[in-house]
Amino acid sequence: MRTLVAFIAGLAFGFGLLVSGMSSPAKVLAFLDLAGTWNPSLAFVMGGAVITATPLFWLANRRQRPLVGEAYDKPDRQMLDRRLIGGAVLFGVGWGLAGICPGPALVDLVLAPAATAPFMAAMIAGIMLSARMRRAPQRPDAPEPGQP
Amino acid sequence: MPDGWTISLAGGVLIGLASGGLYFLAGEIAGITGILRRAVGGPARGWRIAFIGGMALAALVWLLTGNVAQAIEGLNDIPVWTLVGAGLLVGIGTDLGNGCTSGHGVCGLSRFSLRSLVSVLIFMAVAMLTVWIIRHGGLA
Repeated sequence: MRTLVAFIAGLAFGFGLLVSGMSSPAKVLAFLDLAGTWNPSLAFVMGGAVITATPLFWLANRRQRPLVGEAYDKPDRQMLDRRLIGGAVLFGVGWGLAGICPGPALVDLVLAPAATAPFMAAMIAGIMLSARMRRAPQRPDAPEPGQP
Repeated sequence: MPDGWTISLAGGVLIGLASGGLYFLAGEIAGITGILRRAVGGPARGWRIAFIGGMALAALVWLLTGNVAQAIEGLNDIPVWTLVGAGLLVGIGTDLGNGCTSGHGVCGLSRFSLRSLVSVLIFMAVAMLTVWIIRHGGLA
């Protein structure tokens, strides 16, 4: 049942990316290009998604446990640390360079495997590199990075 | 209203239903960064593989029946080394920062997470600045 829920959610998520235009680097870069031919329509993607999801998250927070699952995944860290900020900066540069973020990369890989492969391979290499850095022994005085 | 805002809104509502629905029903955060991170660390299992399978099926249906050229508009114009550099930065950045446009942008903002709000404001601003430097800063 959990598998079916996740599959349908993935299906809707994928169609959402395709219908909205998030899968197109040209559209994403046009949205990010404030000083040029700015097309703000993609703001309606995140806006529509957040407005739709907020009541569902609110309802979930009033329940003890999910209908098909053991417990709600509640990332409870509040601290704003260098890792969060540095990660967002690096991600922002990468997103601005090509106009591709991880979700659209997955969808584009199916639509145009050859064109998307260099991005996908580099992204996976980046995740592995970062994971290796995270697992490297910390200095005794360095705070533990922790989980999301 | 900007061109194409209705389909963008429709797509956004679909993404919101997917993210909110997955959380309400299964208690899981639909963050692509988290899904990819686990898939890279080892074989993806359970709900994560099903979620990626659903996304892949959506793309496959689009490949057979939809307008592919419009869906990937601009992809073929990106130089391969830009793709590699961008992919590397996106991989490192989303892993370090624990999330991307889906995990922080949709799920995080929907659950009023301060960390996600800070993350979204930073990556949006930095991405806009990057595009500005490339397109209008004399590097084009």
